[in-house]
Amino acid sequence: MVSEPVSGTLGLLVVGGLVVASLVTLAAGYRVVRGPTTPDRVVALDVIGTNVVAIALLFALVTGQGLFVDVSLVLAIIGFISTVAVARYVTEGDIIE
Amino acid sequence: MTLALTTALGAALAGQSLAPLAAGPIRSAFVAVFVLVGTFFLLIGTVGLLRLPDVYNRMHATSKATTLGAASMFLANVAYFGVLGEGLTALVGIVFLFLTAPTGAHMISRSAQKMGVEFADGATWPGGQSRPDEPADADPEPSDD
Repeated sequence: MVSEPVSGTLGLLVVGGLVVASLVTLAAGYRVVRGPTTPDRVVALDVIGTNVVAIALLFALVTGQGLFVDVSLVLAIIGFISTVAVARYVTEGDIIE
Repeated sequence: MTLALTTALGAALAGQSLAPLAAGPIRSAFVAVFVLVGTFFLLIGTVGLLRLPDVYNRMHATSKATTLGAASMFLANVAYFGVLGEGLTALVGIVFLFLTAPTGAHMISRSAQKMGVEFADGATWPGGQSRPDEPADADPEPSDD
């Protein structure tokens, strides 16, 4: 089902939310670079993953194409798996025994 | 929210979902409110990630705020695309996010405590001891194979 893109004042609002979410994702990169410990970096990468999910959802509204909702769901799954993998690698030393 | 869901469900049941959706005023208002709330929570989560002193406080800020922000963005998509079709995928995404975000945060904090990451500013564990050697839910006999 292809819907129309958002337009008018609502379109401006959604594009503004998209810009804010993108800037916030860039700002979270500061913690990835400067984070003093490894869990800091993992938390920051987790936040970046969640923000990219939100960006994909806003992009679905901007373009009016509902398939980007599926894209965001896949991104959420990949983010969770990578978080669990890194947490296991840090403590156990390997991921799959 | 109930009104938007009812409106979208009624439109879908009336067969209007196959035509391109014209965003009416009520639907536009709900999308606007959800996008605003989601942007606010994403902003708060990142400010907490950048400003708070140690990894546990940062996790406390981000795991709740960004989850609520992304869930609000999902709800904006539900309000825009209708409950059936892509909106149903978005509802599944909300459930998945609320299941996995606390699990991931718990695993990161547990691994941080096992790595020996200290609290900031002399905060201590309840009970007065400086730092327990093992987490409370650790295996009593760790099997190192």
